[in-house]
Amino acid sequence: MDTPVQIIDQTITPRQLKGFVGFSNLPRQVHNKSIKKGFQFTVMVVGESGLGKSTLINTLFNTSIYPNKEPKEPTNETPKTVDIQTITADIEENGVKLKLTIIDTPGFGDYINNENSWQPILENIEARFDAYLEQENRVNRKRLIDTRVHACVYFIPPTGHSLRPIDIEFMTRLHHRVNLIPVIAKSDILSDEEIKSFKSRILEDIAYHNIQIYQPPIYDNDDAETIQENKDIILSMPFCVVGSDKPFKVGNKNVRGRKYPWGIIEVDNPEHCDFVKLRQMLIRTHMEELKEYTNEVLYEKYRSQKLISSEVANSNDTLNPLSQLDEERRKHELKMKKMEAEMKAVFDQKVHEKETKLKQSEDDLLAKYKEMKEKLEMDRINLQERRRQAERGGRPGTPEKKGRKFFK
Amino acid sequence: MEQGQQSPVVVQQQNPENKKITLTGYVGFDTITRQIEKKLVKRGFTLNLMVVGQSGLGKSTMVNTLFAAHLLDNKATQKASDPIRQTTEINTITHVIEENGVRLRLSITDTPGFGDQINNENCWESIIKYIKDQYATYLRKELTPNRDRRIADTRIHAVLYFIAPTGHSLKPIDIIVLKKLSDICNVIPVIAKADSLTLEERAAFKKRIKEELAFNNIVLFPYDDVDTDDYSVTEADRAEKALNQEMRDLIPFAVVGSERNVVVDGKAVRGRKTRWGSINIEDETHCEFSQLRNFLTRTHLQDLIETTGIVHYETFRTKQLVALKESTMSHSR
Repeated sequence: MDTPVQIIDQTITPRQLKGFVGFSNLPRQVHNKSIKKGFQFTVMVVGESGLGKSTLINTLFNTSIYPNKEPKEPTNETPKTVDIQTITADIEENGVKLKLTIIDTPGFGDYINNENSWQPILENIEARFDAYLEQENRVNRKRLIDTRVHACVYFIPPTGHSLRPIDIEFMTRLHHRVNLIPVIAKSDILSDEEIKSFKSRILEDIAYHNIQIYQPPIYDNDDAETIQENKDIILSMPFCVVGSDKPFKVGNKNVRGRKYPWGIIEVDNPEHCDFVKLRQMLIRTHMEELKEYTNEVLYEKYRSQKLISSEVANSNDTLNPLSQLDEERRKHELKMKKMEAEMKAVFDQKVHEKETKLKQSEDDLLAKYKEMKEKLEMDRINLQERRRQAERGGRPGTPEKKGRKFFK
Repeated sequence: MEQGQQSPVVVQQQNPENKKITLTGYVGFDTITRQIEKKLVKRGFTLNLMVVGQSGLGKSTMVNTLFAAHLLDNKATQKASDPIRQTTEINTITHVIEENGVRLRLSITDTPGFGDQINNENCWESIIKYIKDQYATYLRKELTPNRDRRIADTRIHAVLYFIAPTGHSLKPIDIIVLKKLSDICNVIPVIAKADSLTLEERAAFKKRIKEELAFNNIVLFPYDDVDTDDYSVTEADRAEKALNQEMRDLIPFAVVGSERNVVVDGKAVRGRKTRWGSINIEDETHCEFSQLRNFLTRTHLQDLIETTGIVHYETFRTKQLVALKESTMSHSR
């Protein structure tokens, strides 16, 4: 009796097909095209050193993208700012090529004073957005290279208490620019109850500070299994992960794990840690979602903010790209001219200074020369006097001077 | 007194060949050790410990585990809406615990907020100030004309410094604080939550820490040369030196703390239970907790208290008195 009421749009009439048409092949066509093109994925890992970021990346993608860290000699020189290092790897699986870019942020949170340690990271993300924006606005848009960050995995140290001020600050600054996926690093140190209370405390902190972490979307038309999987994933966030690229033998199978004197923890075992769920979300099921969200929501937000704030968009209706290009070129030229004029002014001033200095020294030298000349004159006159005196007749007591021969 | 009487001349005669004198009967002065012991036990001992480290490293749990009693409450009771501490606070709690008739007055000084902010510059200032203040109080009490017979000792005898188990190297803040602290008191560094490191990682981490400590010229307890000039080198001294060297090789201790019991081999021991195994903290192959406990309480307790008095306090006292003399001299001009 209670049939669901369906509101049928009168303009779209569903029709039955009388024969096989073939447009059900479309997904396959898209599939083939994409495989030929290959995929790109950019992940950023952020966290203090020693939390296992490189190991986790190696574990996720099952290759050693990051070589083992060589212990450096202890030195007194410490770097002062957060570095941004990018590694790109082309990996292939079953004919599908993936161009994977990992952005590492060594130095984050490692110094005594970590204020503004997110600044270089935020600037890097926005610079990538800018690069994409610029490419979009070009006249020739054939080869778009997408270097935007699709996901940011933030590593939380396993204190078991709560989020630290630096964690909260970082996530607050970056959650509107990138998909934030917080993970609890090195979680093999926490017991089950500790993990539960830590996760709920983290979620409490995140809600209290209005931080938006990435939530995998649930679609209604998915099958029940996928919906359940997605729900599981959402419930387990933030993931508690353990990374390892060393294999061990447990029973009679090889597993990746960490060997302690009291047991071996298996990375791929969902009972031991959430690594499997993270891999599922990041690679197997939600990679495309992450990219889509980055493109459609985060990038668009950034783009509109940027364009509104720039002086060109005083009218939102017509934004002719060519005139905008012209405008930008003009502005650029003006800037160049101004810089040139400034430099010229500086140059002129310096030249002037040097000239005056040289003139000064010239005057000095001239004066000195005159002085010396006069002195010389005086000396000459003196000598002539004495010569005359000497010629007039020897003064008493003046010995025969040597070298007076030429006076005779 | 008659005039002209000379003051008595004191003649000290040395035993010319340092001949060993043998006693012909039992005198009984060997009971002095028991007499001292009785007196000391009656008086009780004082130990002042300070724990320093970032929050979440298990400091409170460690202290509770070391002394097998719930002495400190840990931090997991705050809510998200509580304000975050902006400076390093100093909280001291004193307990008197007793074992076999020996009373120990134990003061634990906790330093919540250390290293937790985004900008941690000078977060160690309050710690250094506190330690020096205790010395200053003691000095003042010593210098007053009517001083107490037994001055209450609040000087910090040992600082347990907790290092985060990154597995790589010491952080810049660790190096600075360790250097500053080791100049004014006994510092014992420990690697906190050591169950996050495998045995190879632990060994590499310790080696690296030792290299960095040596590179920065940080000298830690136990020290080498405290008593060797007073006594001749005996068998006991050699054994003590060997023990000290052993301890020095072991530092920093890789520890795990737990107040709860797990069942291992049918017995209930203190430990942590995970899904892939149970850690027994008393087991020396699992972690170095028992070595740290023995070091602190069973072998070097007296050493810690004494070294604080005769090395660190004396250095402080010398500096203060020299400064005092200079300032009075410049005032009197």
